[in-house]
Amino acid sequence: MAAILEAKALEAYYGPSPVLKRISFTVEEGGITAILGANGAGKTTTLRAVCGMVRTTGEITLAGQRIDGKATEDIVRLGVAHVPDGRGTFVDFTVEENLRIGAYARGDRRQIAEDMERVYGIFPRLKERHGQQAGTLSGGEQQMLAVSRALMLRPRLLLLDEPSFGLAPLVVQEIFRVMREINKTDKVSLLLVEQNAALALDLADHAYLLETGTVVISGTADQIRSDETVRKAYLGY
Amino acid sequence: MAIDRKRLLLIAVLVGACVLPFLLTNYRNFQLTLALIYAISILGLNILTGWNGQISLGHGAFFAVGAYAAAILMSKAGVPYWATIPVAGAVCLVAGFLFGLPALRLEGLYLALATFALGVAIPQILKYKGIEIWTGGVQGILLTKPRPPEWLPFRLSRDQWLYFVTLFTSGVMFLLAHNLLQGRIGRALIAIRDHPIAATAMGIDTAMVKSMAFGVSAMYTGVAGALSAFVVGFVAPDSFNIFLSISILVGMVVGGTASIPGAIFGGLFVQFIPNISEEISKSAPWAIYGVFLIVFMFLLPMGIAGALRMLLVRFKL
Amino acid sequence: MDAFLHQVFSGLAAGGIYASVALALVMIYQATHLVNFAQGEMAMFATYIAWALIESGFPYWTAFGLTVLIALAGGILIQRFIIRPVSNASVLTVVVVFIGMLAIFNAVAGWVFSHTVKSFPSPFPSKSVLGGLLSAHELGAMGITLVVLIVLYAFFKWTPLGLAMRAAALNPVSSRLCGVRVGWMLAFGWGFAAAIGAIAGMMVAPIVYLDPNMMSGILLYGFASALLGGITNPWGAVAGGFIVGVLENVLGAYVIGTELKLTVALVIIVAVLTVKPSGLFGKVLVTRV
Repeated sequence: MAAILEAKALEAYYGPSPVLKRISFTVEEGGITAILGANGAGKTTTLRAVCGMVRTTGEITLAGQRIDGKATEDIVRLGVAHVPDGRGTFVDFTVEENLRIGAYARGDRRQIAEDMERVYGIFPRLKERHGQQAGTLSGGEQQMLAVSRALMLRPRLLLLDEPSFGLAPLVVQEIFRVMREINKTDKVSLLLVEQNAALALDLADHAYLLETGTVVISGTADQIRSDETVRKAYLGY
Repeated sequence: MAIDRKRLLLIAVLVGACVLPFLLTNYRNFQLTLALIYAISILGLNILTGWNGQISLGHGAFFAVGAYAAAILMSKAGVPYWATIPVAGAVCLVAGFLFGLPALRLEGLYLALATFALGVAIPQILKYKGIEIWTGGVQGILLTKPRPPEWLPFRLSRDQWLYFVTLFTSGVMFLLAHNLLQGRIGRALIAIRDHPIAATAMGIDTAMVKSMAFGVSAMYTGVAGALSAFVVGFVAPDSFNIFLSISILVGMVVGGTASIPGAIFGGLFVQFIPNISEEISKSAPWAIYGVFLIVFMFLLPMGIAGALRMLLVRFKL
Repeated sequence: MDAFLHQVFSGLAAGGIYASVALALVMIYQATHLVNFAQGEMAMFATYIAWALIESGFPYWTAFGLTVLIALAGGILIQRFIIRPVSNASVLTVVVVFIGMLAIFNAVAGWVFSHTVKSFPSPFPSKSVLGGLLSAHELGAMGITLVVLIVLYAFFKWTPLGLAMRAAALNPVSSRLCGVRVGWMLAFGWGFAAAIGAIAGMMVAPIVYLDPNMMSGILLYGFASALLGGITNPWGAVAGGFIVGVLENVLGAYVIGTELKLTVALVIIVAVLTVKPSGLFGKVLVTRV
């Protein structure tokens, strides 16, 4: 299967020293890839690097096209949606305005309205609160909103930064169910970053384990799950 | 060795400054005197904005207060001109300190805004009919320019005498600034400018220092104002508009922020650029000021003084 | 009572102008956290351009429209080439650049158009309306201000571009993640602010006559209005404008005399900044230590 996203020898910098040290990874088209690791391993930085939000060296290719060095907004317009660390909600906007801005890069007006209805169908709670100020939503609802906002782009590739963070288990289940669904039905490729390794490995096909900026293990989800070091350090058994 | 070189240079400059008035026409002396007056006010602004980081776009107001204080003392109370200088300085010290107190609550942009408002409003305040008895209203106050004193052993023209009075005052003010700013106080000012929270954590009484900086800065500009009153021979509200405040700012930026010699370059710039460029057009000085402000911020943020310093270092002089 | 009403209505008319200037200031402040000290001079310069167009034979409303477009373009260019390079520099640098622009606009206006005071035509008939309370021009100016406000409101609330501009001001990082070209949004914000300023200038010039220093006092009232209303709140700016306009006129007529009117602006500015910096309707900004 072709790779929709490929990173080769990727280094990322916040200052003079690299946070990501020449890592390589791929996301299969239509697949789900997870990046695991502890705090500070560089997981968020990896997603930021893909979106051009940090200084990088090395190659990043999206469906064969080089995107390293491009501006964030241009990468997004190529079909990469990013649900960031902290959700990035427009707190002063209403729920509906958050969804509308998610679709900004698209041109097809009528289909945007259809997509909004679809998103409301997936997350009925957002429909209930569509005129409410987004900053007043609960954590779980804001996460639903963030994912929905990303979906409004009709992306080819969806990046998710710690989607389970700070959320109640039921909400997490819901979000992960939705992710599985959009991957299957809409063929959206997913790259997610998670501290909760069990959850991530349950969803993903492939996974990479990052430790202080380097990939220490990679393989299919099953392989990683049965790896002893991973089990002991990250899965707790 | 470098210190001796600096001292030598300073002495050479002082000697040159004393000799100059005998070589130039009266008009040129007058212009040089004005340049020195600007230099004092620029140094004043620099203490507040360059060293202490509090942006003032309204220093023309303190200049006006000093000028009017001197003019009123001279015309209404018969105070001799040289005595008005310390009085004007004291008045402005207090005024500046008092303005500095509410200014403590204003940061960067907001302080600039408040002082800008002051700078725009001051001419109207000076024209106010209610205080016309003192200020002379729209016409202002006319003064007789002081004559050289009787006890001088040699003859000096009025302009030459006023030049020396100003030179002497400048010398005193610059020396005072040098002593203040090279020591602990200077470092405290800079600490507050660059790392205000750390400065407080280190035990500096930030509020006191900032208010005093305002007071001292106003004092300098007030002294310059007082000098201008009798050097020019009159005070009138429209001379003290926002463009005066902007001129002082230009002088500071071009001369060099946080630089004492920079004030001299700034003063010369602000005095002579209009003279030279007015030949081209009445508006040319302001266009030049504007362009220099922007260009200096992009290319020479440390001003002429900073550029010279870099050159000296580069060529190991 | 009649005289008092007259002052109030005059105040509202002036308030419309102040509201426009305040709105322009707030637009730039909301997007960039910068105060545009050159706003007044930019508006004055645009008004001179309108004057030149009218003098060369363009009908009033054509000149009006062209000026608005030129101001829009001018604002965009200024943001891209002068403001953007210094947007991350120190406060002093930014303030100095703004003052530099103020000086340049003032000087170039005087140089190109001379310093002689000029009269500027009004598109409205010269008679008084509302039983003598307002001149037709004052009423017309208020009407134009209202139209501008409504158009802006509709634009920002309902169009995608308006939404994107609001997003860019609110949360530039998240906006980029939605494909918004934040740099251009800021430039448009400047363009809009310049255009609004131009309209304000063209509305006020028939009353105070056109000369390079026309806007300096009005800018001060604009600042006072924006601060009073809350510099983070466009509606507050508008409300502030009308309040300041009425206050200035009423105080000027009954309390302090007309010569000290600018002092009213100064006092409002200092009072708001020291007592309640977020203004009447603005948000309190908390800075993390």
